[in-house]
Amino acid sequence: MSGRPSLSAEGRVWLITGPDGKLMDDIDTDMIYHNAHLAVTEVSEMGRYAFGNLEGWRDFPEKVRPGDIVIAGANFGCGSSRQHAVDCFRALGVGALVVESAGAIYFRNAVNSAFPLVIAPGIGESGIKQGDSVSIDFETGLIKDLDRPVVFRARPFSAVQREIYLAGSLFAVRPS
Amino acid sequence: MGMTIIEKIIAAHAGRPVRPGDVVWMDLDVRSARDFGGANVVKNFRRHFPGEPLHDPATTFFTFDCNAPANTIPYAENQRLCRLFAREHGVRVFDVNRGIGSHVLIEEGVVKPGSTVVGTGSHFNIMGAVGAFGQGMGDSDIAYAFRFGRTWFEVPPTVKLVLEGLPGEDVTPRDVTFAVMRRLGSSGALGKAVEIYGPALERFDLSGRITLASQGTETGAVSFILPPSRELLEELGLGAEEAIAADEDAEYIEEIRIDISELEPLAAVPPSPTNIRPVRELSDVKVDAVFLGSCTNGRYEDLAAAAELLRGRKVAEGVNMFVVPATSRVYGRLLEEGLVDVFFRAGAVVSNPGCGGCASGQIGMTGTGEVMVSTSNRNFRGKQGNGLTYLASPVTAACSAVRGFITSKMED
Ligand code: SF4
Repeated sequence: MSGRPSLSAEGRVWLITGPDGKLMDDIDTDMIYHNAHLAVTEVSEMGRYAFGNLEGWRDFPEKVRPGDIVIAGANFGCGSSRQHAVDCFRALGVGALVVESAGAIYFRNAVNSAFPLVIAPGIGESGIKQGDSVSIDFETGLIKDLDRPVVFRARPFSAVQREIYLAGSLFAVRPS
Repeated sequence: MGMTIIEKIIAAHAGRPVRPGDVVWMDLDVRSARDFGGANVVKNFRRHFPGEPLHDPATTFFTFDCNAPANTIPYAENQRLCRLFAREHGVRVFDVNRGIGSHVLIEEGVVKPGSTVVGTGSHFNIMGAVGAFGQGMGDSDIAYAFRFGRTWFEVPPTVKLVLEGLPGEDVTPRDVTFAVMRRLGSSGALGKAVEIYGPALERFDLSGRITLASQGTETGAVSFILPPSRELLEELGLGAEEAIAADEDAEYIEEIRIDISELEPLAAVPPSPTNIRPVRELSDVKVDAVFLGSCTNGRYEDLAAAAELLRGRKVAEGVNMFVVPATSRVYGRLLEEGLVDVFFRAGAVVSNPGCGGCASGQIGMTGTGEVMVSTSNRNFRGKQGNGLTYLASPVTAACSAVRGFITSKMED
């Protein structure tokens, strides 16, 4: 990575859906990154385990391409706290993670490590389809489907999230 | 505009009025790390703030409770790393003899109503038991808090939960807690603070309040906040001026009422803490092990209630019972009151204080298929062994231990 991170993202969408075709809720950190691989400390090696314990999505690391955008349901990242569950998406080059809601510690871990996590209640009903291309403006929360006339308003980054995101990590900012 | 308790606490520590959804920087009165996560806090601190001071060593603590005393070499090494860091920076360590960190901080008077407290445990929101803000965070967050004494936080919306009516004699604070879990479910309070009221709560002492507050995590809540009663302040040795209350015109996003007047003893059936069933429906479940302790039900009153039932009785043949006091003070009082003797004569194993079976499990794991009745707070698969964990009150735990099946009564 070089330069100042961009406050927007554009990419192909992966809707993390279950057998009923709806966004899956309550995807916990063990489904995102199983505890069998917690000993891995190199971020670059974590990508291959992303969703490794999520029924129907085990091949996600082979299918995803850098810049892709992942959209999932409510309470994403609940369960025991682990940075790996954020870092595995970073390793794959995922451009942004958009969820209906997130577990509290997961949300903090993502924000503090400057990974773009966008909270978008109702995104499951937005009309965005699997494989569409979307653009996301982190500052306004505006998500535009580039393949069909769908515009969705997610929560914009808070001032703190924006500051940490631009600085590259919590450790690079001073409290105000 | 009126504020709820959590809004008031955050506003006081952010130096400005707040509303739900605001993201603010706030002062942290107390910062702590356990032996779980503590070593990574130290590593993060050394890496990102080499040679820099702590914000305030006098209000920074280590508490060792997960694996106490260390029974694996990695834990021993991690505890050593924390001890060295603590010595170097003049930080107090509540070491492996002292007990569960969140309880110790309350016992030591470090946490008061209205305080802000963070630590590396997922049950730090237990501080809501005394009307304080507590929050478990990851090791980067805590390292940052050690350095600056401040962190960012999003003000959660508050739900008002009213417990209506008074339950019968056979209903314990844990059963009331189960009734709340049943209503909220595993994500019913996700991202929200829950202020809890009602006449039953007025009668809860610190131990009962801790039991209720400790289960906020299992409903996804930021915290269960229990407004301190006059009796609680007395129990904590505090004056009435230390009380904290919501404003009359505080705004709640939702009001939930639960009638507890008809409540009966309840239990959480594996594999989820919100999978609640009446204890009387579980009498055909044979028990192999019983765990009495944890930050949910490890206080003196919890253990004493079980001991009174065990006095003069024996744990059933084939059942193993483990008793783990939450802290050294609890343990000391059990000794003084002769209750360790009662447990011993009943055939139970009494261990030193700490998290015991709840954390890394050096006290009492189950093997495949074995049934455990536990007063701890989670019954996820694998949490207390390969067996099946039923969560229940100390009374149900004691009765089940003696009779060999799940029951809340010594006699029918
Ligand atoms: S008793 Fe269990 S839940 Fe409570 S602090 Fe210890 S490990 Fe965590």
